[in-house]
Amino acid sequence: MEAATQLKIVAYCCQFCAYKAADLAGSLRLQYPPELHVVQAPCTGRVDIVEILHAFEEGADGVAVLGCLPGDCHFLQGNLRARKRVEGLKRLLADAGLEPERLEMFNLSSAMGGKFAEYAGTMTERVRRLGPSPLRRGPKGGAA
Amino acid sequence: MIVAEPKPFAEIKAMVDQAGRVLVIGCGTCVTVCFAGGTKQVAALASALRMATRLGGKEKVIDEAVVERQCEWEYIDPLGARLDNYDLALSLGCGVGVQALAERFPAKRIAPGLNTSFMGLPVKQGEWEERCQACGNCVLDKTGGICPIARCSKQLLNGPCGGSQGGRCEIGHDVPCAWQLIWDRMNALGLRTELMEVEPAKDWSSSRDGGPRRIVRDDLQLPEEYRD
Repeated sequence: MEAATQLKIVAYCCQFCAYKAADLAGSLRLQYPPELHVVQAPCTGRVDIVEILHAFEEGADGVAVLGCLPGDCHFLQGNLRARKRVEGLKRLLADAGLEPERLEMFNLSSAMGGKFAEYAGTMTERVRRLGPSPLRRGPKGGAA
Repeated sequence: MIVAEPKPFAEIKAMVDQAGRVLVIGCGTCVTVCFAGGTKQVAALASALRMATRLGGKEKVIDEAVVERQCEWEYIDPLGARLDNYDLALSLGCGVGVQALAERFPAKRIAPGLNTSFMGLPVKQGEWEERCQACGNCVLDKTGGICPIARCSKQLLNGPCGGSQGGRCEIGHDVPCAWQLIWDRMNALGLRTELMEVEPAKDWSSSRDGGPRRIVRDDLQLPEEYRD
């Protein structure tokens, strides 16, 4: 039987909230899907749109941007700006022919380890439904 | 600065459809400042085009370049050798940049990725307004530094008209009446009486009505023996 394709979801996590929430989820021994690959960012406001586009271009099946709760950004508005960028990027992805649902922004605090695991599950489940990215190179991708 | 905005993605995609190798060329001056054609916009557009063409089954080589100013020969000349490797140059410069590329590289197909909108300024983050129409005969000394040509919908020199209501132009409530602005400013400067002088009809020959314009400065031109 053919093994299922291992999905890859890149999760850009703000170091002040989501990254610590992921740490807390680990300390609490909460399970979250292994498809999520955490990338620490100094703030979601620092997550470049080009970085996200390149992740998709290189075959990421999904990208999640996880930042502080609105009003709690250490850089005041980084998370709010990130959300606007994510919304704009979704439109660009749709224009390019890729499902915009493969990209999502979530907000949480560093104390919300459970929420991190929940969001990781939500995003992974969504990407599982969509299947591997058609931009993947190789036998499983649509654009080999 | 010159303010531009990106063309719709579908339009750009159609323009590059027949080319196999595309160089997206940004400009590091005006269109960088208005977030339309700088390094980041070039990278984002090129990435989106690479994805779109791959998903559409017509994978293309789409590379990126940014020059300091697309509207000057010395900045675009170094692109010449590189452009030999591409079928199409997609310019993210203003209309001047696009035409400079076309003029300098006559054998290369050039396409515009932006719509050049106007000469203006960012009034706040993410919002730009027109301030100059390059009419070629500036009257800002008489109007308190507020241009009636660029900012009055009717380009009146002796305004306001009857469409000015509550400081707003009749074409839209988000458009301030230029002549209300001029009146308020001249009043504040104590120069209101200057507005009582009737301004004669404008000579538009220095504007577009006189055809394409050109400036020749003898004092700046090189002696004949040093010219290209």
